[in-house]
Amino acid sequence: MADDLTDAAAYNGGADPNRPAGIPDSYGRGRSPRWTPEVIADIQAKSLLGRYQVRGFSTFNPRIPTFDDLVFVPATMTRLPLEGYREDCDTRTVLGERPGLVERPIELDIPIYIASMSFGALSATAKRALGRGASMVGSMTCTGEGGMLEDEREASDVLVYQMTPSRYLLDLDHLRRADGIEIAVGQGAKPGTGGVLLGMKVSARVAEMRTLPVEVDQRSTVRHPDFLGADDLQVKIEELREATGYRVPMFCKMGATRPRFDVAIAAKAGFDVIVLDGMEGGTNAAPELLLDHTGVPTLTAIPAARQALEECGMADEVKLVAAGGIRSGADVAKALALGADAAMIGTAALIALGCNAPVYVEDYEAMGTEPGKCHHCHTGLCPPGIQTQDPRLEARLDPDAAAERVARFLTAMTMEVSMIAKACGKSSVHNLEPEDLRALTPEAALFTGVQLAGLDRPLAW
Amino acid sequence: MSREVVEIVAGERPLREVNAEIRTAVAEGKHVELREPLSRHNLCVALEGGGSVAIDGSAGYYCGGLNNGGIIEVRRNAGWGVGEAMAAGRIIVDGYAGMAAGASMRGGTLHIKGDAGPRCGVAFKGGDVVVEGSVGFLSGFMAHAGRIVVLGDTADAIGDSLWGGEVWVAGTIGSLGTDTEVVEPEDEELASLETLLGDLGIADRPQDWKKIVSAQGLWHFHARNARAWLMI
Repeated sequence: MADDLTDAAAYNGGADPNRPAGIPDSYGRGRSPRWTPEVIADIQAKSLLGRYQVRGFSTFNPRIPTFDDLVFVPATMTRLPLEGYREDCDTRTVLGERPGLVERPIELDIPIYIASMSFGALSATAKRALGRGASMVGSMTCTGEGGMLEDEREASDVLVYQMTPSRYLLDLDHLRRADGIEIAVGQGAKPGTGGVLLGMKVSARVAEMRTLPVEVDQRSTVRHPDFLGADDLQVKIEELREATGYRVPMFCKMGATRPRFDVAIAAKAGFDVIVLDGMEGGTNAAPELLLDHTGVPTLTAIPAARQALEECGMADEVKLVAAGGIRSGADVAKALALGADAAMIGTAALIALGCNAPVYVEDYEAMGTEPGKCHHCHTGLCPPGIQTQDPRLEARLDPDAAAERVARFLTAMTMEVSMIAKACGKSSVHNLEPEDLRALTPEAALFTGVQLAGLDRPLAW
Repeated sequence: MSREVVEIVAGERPLREVNAEIRTAVAEGKHVELREPLSRHNLCVALEGGGSVAIDGSAGYYCGGLNNGGIIEVRRNAGWGVGEAMAAGRIIVDGYAGMAAGASMRGGTLHIKGDAGPRCGVAFKGGDVVVEGSVGFLSGFMAHAGRIVVLGDTADAIGDSLWGGEVWVAGTIGSLGTDTEVVEPEDEELASLETLLGDLGIADRPQDWKKIVSAQGLWHFHARNARAWLMI
């Protein structure tokens, strides 16, 4: 019996005395932790393409600490919770309150708003629906690269105009009609590199707004054309304030890389609001290696940014917005507790619109994917018609229903945030603090300075 | 000139006050003589209307930035980003201009009588920039549309990665940028250029032009362009 088993397992049935016997499983299929099927497929793809791969959505890197590594410790004996269904919790959020510099700060009813995503990456219908959905609940949106869309301006009560290095359709009238100006110096998905909009999305209307030939693979510059460092940026901010009559706040959007220093520099340069976008941030298209291997996680960036503002004495003047991979009210509450004044959502808002919805399933299958797993934003073939410029696909999105979903999702998220805040005994969501959190892993404790659960004392940070 | 003339002194006064006075005067169609500019930044930003300004000296960064109709003359030199994002109007620099003159301009005319620094006409989207002297490296970088006209010589990498638009050079080209080609100008184009230079009062007009346009090799994302994009 034992002899039979050994024979069966041996190489070539054990016929060759020089080859040792083995266990069939280890011979049959490799299980290398390094050369995984994904790694092998990636090498095969690059050896066909001769270039890096470009795709949409956000990082697939599994080794990123997440907000799930933190939990709240609501009020028990040391503090008093607020009555969940009876007592109020303030969710109002003000950005750019700087007397003398900003005449009209942005006042939002909720601490969450919708990220800058361009017309080009998104269809005009999707942009309009986002604006309307945000407006329904007292939130705001941002134009993204590529100019201000008339439909979006009309649909959005509060709209921030984004100025990227490419300066597509930079128009004085648009600047003056915006409720805030955002200078983008980077984004979490691909800090240190310019935008990509593949030709499938450069429709005649997109091309006209961007002064580009139709259907080119648009790769934008990363450096702004007329400023290099923080000293120049200071002058640039003044120029924009002059152009807009010191009415609206100036935002700076940056990818999270060295937040302790970058945020201090941006605050000193004169911005009113700093939007810090962690490496989990989404994009319509980026080289895949940048998604997975550049930037730092949102979770780790917020405490460093908060510390930077405090160190340079600007914590009261300059607001911090956290972005990148924020999925729920719990994530927002944790971002606020770690030191953010507001949270910005992109991918989550798109999913509320209808991204990855189980409709037109055959179209997902044609791209080799399925609802719930689609990341093919870069192709412009978005089955629910959001990340597209194809009129046939765009028509699939019902803007009214989509706006309603966005409004409901923002409402649900806000309820989640205030539920947590009240349980922690806070009468404003902005009173959440690091002490309300515990870390589930030593890594999360080290990354954030939050106490390790059970230890009840801080680890060094 | 029959315009009503007002004199505004910049000096050390708050920029906001100075610009507000200029903006009002220009919107009312007046001519402003701006005294003591002290090379200050952001002078004459975002002007609208039919008036004009003469800056009696040098200007700092972003002079005439986001101009939308004003006529601005800088009697000496201008710093970085003169005429940045101009949509309409005219800016004349009697001396030299710093880096990124006319960056991301969409319309109007920027006329520099001396030399311009690097990245002149970077991200250009329309209108004309005319430089009577020479321009620095990477001038015309990633321009989309419009005309960048250089009567003198250029430094290296001119017209690099053009999406569209034209760079016209009368003098010596230091070197061409990636994905550019020099093409023979059409007669109508030469006539149009002649008119432009004539309108600007340039008497000594060169006849021998090199017209640089996009070779369109980088319009599409092919691996064979990898070297051109400096990816390797």
